[in-house]
Amino acid sequence: MNAGVALLLLAIGGPVLLALLARSDGRAGRVATPLVFGALVLLAWQVVCAGFGVPKILLPTPSEVALAIAHHVPMLAADFMQTVVRSVLPGWLIGCGSGLLAAILLDRSEFLRRGVLPLGSLVSAMPIVGVAPIMVMWFGFDWQSKAAVVVVMTFFPMLVNATAGLASTGAMERDLMRSYAARDWQTLFKLRLPNALPFIFNALKLNSTLALIGAIVAEFFGTPIVGMGFRISTEVARMNLDVVWAEITLAAVVGSASFAVLALIERTVTFWHPSFRT
Amino acid sequence: MIRRAAPVAVVMLAVLVVWYAASVWLNYDTAANLADEGATRWQIVGDTMRLDRPLLPAPHQIVAEMITSIFGYPPDNPRSLLYHAAVTAYAAGVGFAIALALGVVLAVGIVHVRTLERSLMLWIIASQTVPVLAIAPMVVVVLGNIGLRGMLPKALIAGWLSFFPITTGMVTGLRAPDPMQRDLMRTYSASGRQVFAMLRWPASMAFLFPSLKVAAALALVGAIVAELPTGAQAGLGARLLTGSYYGQTLQIWAALFAAALLALLAIAMIDLAQSGLVRRRGGRL
Repeated sequence: MNAGVALLLLAIGGPVLLALLARSDGRAGRVATPLVFGALVLLAWQVVCAGFGVPKILLPTPSEVALAIAHHVPMLAADFMQTVVRSVLPGWLIGCGSGLLAAILLDRSEFLRRGVLPLGSLVSAMPIVGVAPIMVMWFGFDWQSKAAVVVVMTFFPMLVNATAGLASTGAMERDLMRSYAARDWQTLFKLRLPNALPFIFNALKLNSTLALIGAIVAEFFGTPIVGMGFRISTEVARMNLDVVWAEITLAAVVGSASFAVLALIERTVTFWHPSFRT
Repeated sequence: MIRRAAPVAVVMLAVLVVWYAASVWLNYDTAANLADEGATRWQIVGDTMRLDRPLLPAPHQIVAEMITSIFGYPPDNPRSLLYHAAVTAYAAGVGFAIALALGVVLAVGIVHVRTLERSLMLWIIASQTVPVLAIAPMVVVVLGNIGLRGMLPKALIAGWLSFFPITTGMVTGLRAPDPMQRDLMRTYSASGRQVFAMLRWPASMAFLFPSLKVAAALALVGAIVAELPTGAQAGLGARLLTGSYYGQTLQIWAALFAAALLALLAIAMIDLAQSGLVRRRGGRL
C-alpha cells in the first residue's frame, strides 16, 4: 500500500519536476534535468522492487546492487584487468591503428580505394561478433583471442571513417598546399590528417563501445575463470543477479568513461572545428 | 558499371587468393599429421582443403557446407541452415519493428516536447556507451523465469540494440528543415500538425533510411548474441555456439556466412523500400 502511494507520487511529481526544470534555460537546468531524470528512474526502480516484493532473482534493487559492488571490489578489479586492460585496450589500439594505417595506404591508390571501400562498408554492416568462436579456436581461451576479436571489430569502422575523412579536404585547401610546393607527405600531415581528425575521433568513440562488446561476447565462448563476460554468464546461471548488475554497472562506467575521455581529447585536439566553436 | 565493378572484383580476387594461401598454411600441420607415411608435399597441400575440421576452411568448403545444409534437408529440419537462419531472422525482424516504432515515437516526442528532450537525450546517448550486449544473457534468463521464452526475449534485445540509430537519425531528420522553410510554412499559416506532416516528416526520410540500414545490422547482431545463453536450441547464434563446443569449424563458418547474407538481404530490402519511396516522390528523397 505504501509502495503504491510512493509510486503514485513519483509518477505525478516526477514529470512535473522535470517540466519545471526543463523550463529554465541556464546551464544548471540543462545539467540538472537529465540527472534528476536518472535519479527518479533509480528511485522508481527501488520503490517498485522493494515495495512490491519483486524477487531478487528477477530484478535486484539499486541498493542491493550497490552492496554487491562494495562486497566484490577485488573480484570486479580482477575482471576489469582481464577484460578491459588485457583484451579491450590492446585490441582497440591495434585495430584502430591498423585501420588508420590502411586508410592512409589506400589513399595512395584510387583503384584500391574504389575496390576496398564498398567491401569495407559491407563488412562493417555484418555481425562481426560471430568470429568470436573462430578466434577462440585460433588464439586459445585467454585474452589473446578476445583482443583478436576486438581488432577485427574495430578495424573496418576506422578504415571507412578515416578514408572518408582523408577525402573530405576541399579542393581549395589542396590547391593552396600545391602553391606552397608542399610534398605529398607534407600535405598529408599538415592538411589532410588534421582535417580528417573529426572523422577519426568519431571512429575511435564508436570503436570504444564496439571493443567492449566484442571482448565481453568473446568471453561467452570460452575463457579462463576471470573476466566480465565470464562473470556475467556464470552468475546469471547461478541466479546471483546482484553480482551481474554490479558487473553491468562496471561495464557501463567503463563504456561511458572511455567515451567521455575520448570526447575530451577530441575537444582539445580539434578545437578549431566548427562544432566546438561558439 | 565496369568502372565501378572492376576494382571490387580485383580486391575480392586478392582476398580469395590470400584466403586459400592462409588455409593451406594454417591447416598444413593437421593435414601432415593425418596423411599417410609416404605422402608428398603436394598431396598434403591438397589434403589441407579436404579436412573435416580445418583450422581455416577453404572458401569452396564453406560454400559446399552451406549448400548441403541449406538444400540437403527440408527447411523445418533442425539440421537445415535455412531453419536456423529463419529463426534468427524472425527475432531480428520483430526486434527491428519494435525499434522502428519506439525510435520514431521517441524522436517525434523529443523534437516536440522540451521536457522529453532535456531529460532523455543524454540517457539515450549514454545507453549506447553501455555495452548493451553484456546484458543480453541476463535479460534472456530473467524473461525466461517469468515465462517469456523463445522469440520475444531475443526480439527485445535486438530492438533495444537497434532503436538508437533510428531515434538519433529521426531527431536529426525532423530538425533538418531550415528556418527559411519553416518561415514559409508560417506564412502559409500552417498548423503545427501540417508543418509536421508536410515539412518535417518528409524531410526526415533522407535521414531515416541510412539509420535503418545500421539498425538492421544491429538487430541481427542482437538476435544472434541473444541466442547464446539459453543453451541455444535454434538460430544462427546456436549454430555458432554448438560449432565452437564441438570444434565444427565448417558449421561456424557456414553460420557466419548465413548471417552475413541475412544482413545483405535486410539492407537490400531497405534499399528497395527507399527506391520505392523515391519513385513515388518523383525522383527525390
